[in-house]
Amino acid sequence: MSRYIMNRISQKGRRFSPYFVALLAVLSLLAAGCGNDDDPQPAAPEQTSTPEAPPPAPTEDPRGDALGDGSLGIVTVASGESVQIRSLNAISGPVAFLGLPNQRAVELAIADYGDVHGFSVDLGTPLDDLCSSEGGQAAAQTIVADEQVIGVIGTSCSGAAVAAAPLVTEAGMVMISPSNTSPALTSDFQGNAGESWSVGYYRTAHNDLIQGAAMANFLFGELGVDNAAAIHDGDPYTQGLALAFQNAFEELGGSVSGVTGINKGDTDMVPALTEVAAFSPGALFFPIFQPEGDFIAAQAPTVSGLEDAYLLAADGLLVDDFLALSDSEGMHFSGPDVRFGANVNQSTGQNADQILAAYDQAHGEPPSAPFWGHAYDAATLLLDAIAAASWVEDGDLRIDRAGVRQHLNSVSGYSGITGTLSCDDFGDCASQKITVISHESSDDIEASKNNVVYSYP
Amino acid sequence: MQLTTKQRTKVDWFLTILRVIALVVICAGFAAFVAQMIDSQNPFARWANPDAINLTGEQFQGLVVTGLAQGAMYGLIALGYSMVYGVLGFINFAHGEVFMVGAMTGAVTSSKLAEAGYWESSFVLCLVLVVVLSMVVCTVTAVLMERVAYRPLRGKPRLIPLITSIGVSFFLQNSVLALLGSTVKSYPDLPDWLTDKRTFLEIQGSKILVVVVAALAMAGLWYLVEKTKTGKAMRAVAEDAEIASLMGIDVNRIIVKTFAVGGAMAGVAGILWGLLFRSVIHTTGFLPGIKAFSSAVVGGIGNLGGSMAGGLTIGVAESLGPLMILEPLGVSGPSQLRDAVAFAVLIIVLLVRPSGIFGERLPPEERT
Amino acid sequence: MTAAGDFPASQDAAPAAAPRRRLLEQDWRKLLRASAILAIAQVFIGLSGMPVSFDRRLLIDPILSLGYLSLLWLPLAVSYWVGREQVLEGMTAYARGGRDVLAGAITGAVGNAGLTLLVVGITHFDIRDPLVNWSPQLLGILEFEESVWLGALIWPAIGAGVGALGGGMHWASSRITRTTVIVLLSVFGTAVLESVITDLSQGFHIEAVSDWLYGPKRGLTYPAAIVVAAAAAAIAGGIAAYRAFLARTASTSGQLGIAASGETSANRVRWRRIPVRRLVGFALSAAAIVVLPLFLGRLTNELLANVGLFILLALGLNIIVGLAGILDLGYVAFFAVGGYSVAVLTSPGSPRFDLEIPWFGALFAAMLLAGLAGLLIGAPVIRMRGDYLAIVTLGFGEIIRVLLLSDWLSGTFNGAQGITNIPGVEVFGLATVRGFEPRSVLYLVLVFCAIAVYVSWRLENSRIGRAWMAIREDESVAEAMGVDTVSAKLMAFVTGAVLGSFSGAILSAKVGSVFPHSFAIIVSIVILVVVIFGGMGSIAGVIAGAAVLIGVLGGPNQPGLLQEFAEYKILIYGALLVWMMLQRSEGLIPSVRRARELHLDEMNQDAWLRAQVAADDAGGGGGGDRSEGEQP
Repeated sequence: MSRYIMNRISQKGRRFSPYFVALLAVLSLLAAGCGNDDDPQPAAPEQTSTPEAPPPAPTEDPRGDALGDGSLGIVTVASGESVQIRSLNAISGPVAFLGLPNQRAVELAIADYGDVHGFSVDLGTPLDDLCSSEGGQAAAQTIVADEQVIGVIGTSCSGAAVAAAPLVTEAGMVMISPSNTSPALTSDFQGNAGESWSVGYYRTAHNDLIQGAAMANFLFGELGVDNAAAIHDGDPYTQGLALAFQNAFEELGGSVSGVTGINKGDTDMVPALTEVAAFSPGALFFPIFQPEGDFIAAQAPTVSGLEDAYLLAADGLLVDDFLALSDSEGMHFSGPDVRFGANVNQSTGQNADQILAAYDQAHGEPPSAPFWGHAYDAATLLLDAIAAASWVEDGDLRIDRAGVRQHLNSVSGYSGITGTLSCDDFGDCASQKITVISHESSDDIEASKNNVVYSYP
Repeated sequence: MQLTTKQRTKVDWFLTILRVIALVVICAGFAAFVAQMIDSQNPFARWANPDAINLTGEQFQGLVVTGLAQGAMYGLIALGYSMVYGVLGFINFAHGEVFMVGAMTGAVTSSKLAEAGYWESSFVLCLVLVVVLSMVVCTVTAVLMERVAYRPLRGKPRLIPLITSIGVSFFLQNSVLALLGSTVKSYPDLPDWLTDKRTFLEIQGSKILVVVVAALAMAGLWYLVEKTKTGKAMRAVAEDAEIASLMGIDVNRIIVKTFAVGGAMAGVAGILWGLLFRSVIHTTGFLPGIKAFSSAVVGGIGNLGGSMAGGLTIGVAESLGPLMILEPLGVSGPSQLRDAVAFAVLIIVLLVRPSGIFGERLPPEERT
Repeated sequence: MTAAGDFPASQDAAPAAAPRRRLLEQDWRKLLRASAILAIAQVFIGLSGMPVSFDRRLLIDPILSLGYLSLLWLPLAVSYWVGREQVLEGMTAYARGGRDVLAGAITGAVGNAGLTLLVVGITHFDIRDPLVNWSPQLLGILEFEESVWLGALIWPAIGAGVGALGGGMHWASSRITRTTVIVLLSVFGTAVLESVITDLSQGFHIEAVSDWLYGPKRGLTYPAAIVVAAAAAAIAGGIAAYRAFLARTASTSGQLGIAASGETSANRVRWRRIPVRRLVGFALSAAAIVVLPLFLGRLTNELLANVGLFILLALGLNIIVGLAGILDLGYVAFFAVGGYSVAVLTSPGSPRFDLEIPWFGALFAAMLLAGLAGLLIGAPVIRMRGDYLAIVTLGFGEIIRVLLLSDWLSGTFNGAQGITNIPGVEVFGLATVRGFEPRSVLYLVLVFCAIAVYVSWRLENSRIGRAWMAIREDESVAEAMGVDTVSAKLMAFVTGAVLGSFSGAILSAKVGSVFPHSFAIIVSIVILVVVIFGGMGSIAGVIAGAAVLIGVLGGPNQPGLLQEFAEYKILIYGALLVWMMLQRSEGLIPSVRRARELHLDEMNQDAWLRAQVAADDAGGGGGGDRSEGEQP
């Protein structure tokens, strides 16, 4: 730096500091003071009638056998009011296709479920997680600002959950996500909590580890490939899944020789493909999205060394637009088992066909992503939990927040649209059933979707 | 930039250091690449990257060919940037979006034609129709853009139209998103003679097509600019608009024509893009647009041949760079850094040769 | 909108007998052109899906949703525009009257016929394949869920009505026009600010007010809208009367006005020169800013904290773009450096380092690193031409994002998975600032905004500030005058970078996690729009710009008050940028000096015109050809 700047800085230093430091000090003191004024536990709900567990009443207890010890507060829904739950999904931007069906399925589930102890259920204004941590946090602030809210169905994106889940759960509410799959949000199934796990967070979507293991087992056991490559696109979801696949595959004894990334917006995939082709892998797993998936599917066969490799993708590409491309023929796709068939949601008694019919009638199109079933189950689980943790007292509905969690923790063998749900200690409630389909013809997409060649576990 | 008359400041020393570092990295990477190509087990290659592997000849050729095809497209788009810059002296940031509009038009019309069954039965005719339509749409977009957003700003400080064009760019991109939705638009299947690898060096037909069309477009443009009356007028306006208008040239009309020609080139590039990559979304134009501008700068802005050469340079660099420079140095996942490589090329070229590889051709007051 | 005709000449033009024009004496070509533009624009709005997706948001409970508003404002604006006439020296100033109303009505009706075509088109053809919003829902809104005939006929009628209002604004006295605009804006504003007003009334325990104002399904209630309109009209009337009173006293008491205006343009603003009144006003507003958050709820505090983050960013970019005139399109790089430095140094989940140093320590490191990044990015680019520089800085911004995302450096930055579990800010053991409590974040943001405002203000009036402005106006002249342009520009980069890193550092602590995709190019662009919209080089303008744009529309990853706009945010930002540049390139609240630079030609021309008129009294003929460039 030139002497000129140095001079300026030193001069500045002299003239600056008194005001500067004083201002800083005053304002930070103010901030500190105000910070202190804040309730240290903003979540502590005002409605807490009894902070301790209610004393065992020998005579008739209005609570009946409602769950909970009141430790997280009790929400009172006055007669005539509604039980408040919220939907927090990605409903705008390029990921709207993922979040919109979730929100709509929650609406359907509430309608099918009916009242809770005679009280209606209100979803409020649908919230948008913007598929980002900032968006998730802002929406979560909206949710926790209303202390009547019991639970949230969301988020769509794991990145949003990282910021939203701690806020929501600290306020005593529960959060059940229909489509977060990151292991960091729950656990690694070995008893180790993920680094973003929070108590009160549940999900009905599978864990990435399961999907990674499913693909690895299919490839190693069924196709007999022991050398594979993986490509992700820098999205937390795809990167996590590629990593889970790599770990599972190597554990089975295979080797993942090339793992590389591309960027969203790239079109020329030949360099990335060449990079992994150098190891002559027998299969290429690219759990990414459109349009980059289109480019890989089209360009992989032209790269020397990948001509005969199996091409595998995950649910991100299991969409009609991709399956309709002739380049996607012959590929395999892993994803949650969507052969819901005759599965019946035990809380509403509806099966998948009935829900889909209602969905189509309400919105004029079928769901654009497979997680609607998970969202439906998440909503009924939440409503069941609310029903189990609430009682009517003096005409008002009292809901014990701790009881809601207690119920969700003990869910086991719940029959939902997506299969049999059981929650583990870290909030993984999904049926964890992953299937692999083989896509044979781009002219008959429905046939391909039902052409299950492998299911895991 | 008269360093001779001015003493070298610390900044200049710093820049020299940067130049040296860039050179060293490139040389070291290339040396390691050569080492691992000779034998991936040799100690130098192992030392640079323990997982060194060598590429086969075919793979190397594949990289060069896709780099050239991609680069030819950058070059075609860059022509539009370069022409406008030559005549008006500002970056039309939105030019990449004009290209996207072309690719979109092609996707919509070709899939409609495929639905009606014409695409398969008379492919060449359909292709001509799609190209013409796309050129028309792009020309109209470019001309409208000039009329609405740029003409009122003529004579303002040069940052003003540049900022405006950023706004136009995002407006166009998001208009297409709002009108056509965020789903991927695909081109229908191409006939076998385009998708199969040709006997000639085992290169895909569509890539040959791209390079050939780019060369033709280049030749046509050269003819237009150098041999026709309009071209003469364009050059005159580029040299000095005021004097040109005194000589009886309608400057506004020439500027409109410049935008129209640039738009038409973008339209052609859009269709070629569609044929090569087959999928288009609303963000398709943004990054290629910026890279095309980088190409124009790398080749020397205002210099049409330079634009094409710059496009090829950037295309090949971002295709080869990750595997030839970064991977041998032990960078994992080098393909992720492709965009970084493209921009690094731009920065290095500007550091070493501020007027681009082939020198810029600009009106006197633009030269600095 | 109204500023377009501010030609000084128009005020003292043609005092008394303004000639009238007959009703049908119209500029038909202009009308036709305006109608065509309006028609295309209305169809575009319809097909962009705005009416459908905004329809959920009610503004006035049963009668007006944001969706319908999106189709109503344009006829008003275009018909106002069509009646605009610039009156220059020597041109005939016509009297305004029924002719203007008719012109507006015709424009509105013919233009809205575009929507009629759309209604008919949707009922008869199905081109939903490329045009996703060619949908029954759009048709339903266009025909008011009634019949096709109603839909086809009512739009031209609505257009005629709204257009007549727009055209009539030229006829009405400026006072009535201004009052109308104020009334419309305040009703709209009250409706938009619903969540803030509800929040505030809860803070002051006057929930009754917001309960009365807003209906159960959001949106002003019918009577509330009328009351708000009446109140706004009364206040507007009052202000106008007060102004008239002031003007009268000023003209009687003589030269006061001139003295005051001379003072504002003084080059050096010093403490003692600031009038007491201003100082008191400043102190009061500062106190209000400090106290107000205590009464605000979570939502508003969160919103304001987000706005504050962007004020910080915009102030930083303002130094680079606004003061020094360097168009940096990669400003997000400094935001990222701030965010990631704090994340890496403070988070227990940071992959490489296990430092967990307190936030203030990390902030210091972030400042250093950002300053270094400023030097590193600045040094190679400062000698480049303005537009090369734009692209190269954009490239640098991308390079930094790509590196943060890459697998190569994931050992330090954790790649796509980002860094999570970033702790909050411990303020000297007195309090903790964390994202859970937006109020504490807001205070932290306010402190840094105060620092940034102070730094910008002092720099602007310092020697280096003048050097920057000299460079902005003409670099070679500045250099010739002995300004060390290289150092000055580097200094701008470094200062801007440090301010940007503050914002990133707070963001990390606020959100508790950072991901590379939070630092995409679009963030740079949004900050640029904020600076330009507010007014390049103007501190107040930048703050106002951030408040309006980020607060109402929202940032790239932050929701604003109008969450319905999420899909169209960037579209609107793009359009706004173009419109701002074309119509008011000095911004919302212009910096005096910057506006003078931008309108230098016009002022020169004005002076020239005056001289001409003075020279030959009959005048007029000389003005014609030169003013051509001014016609929009």
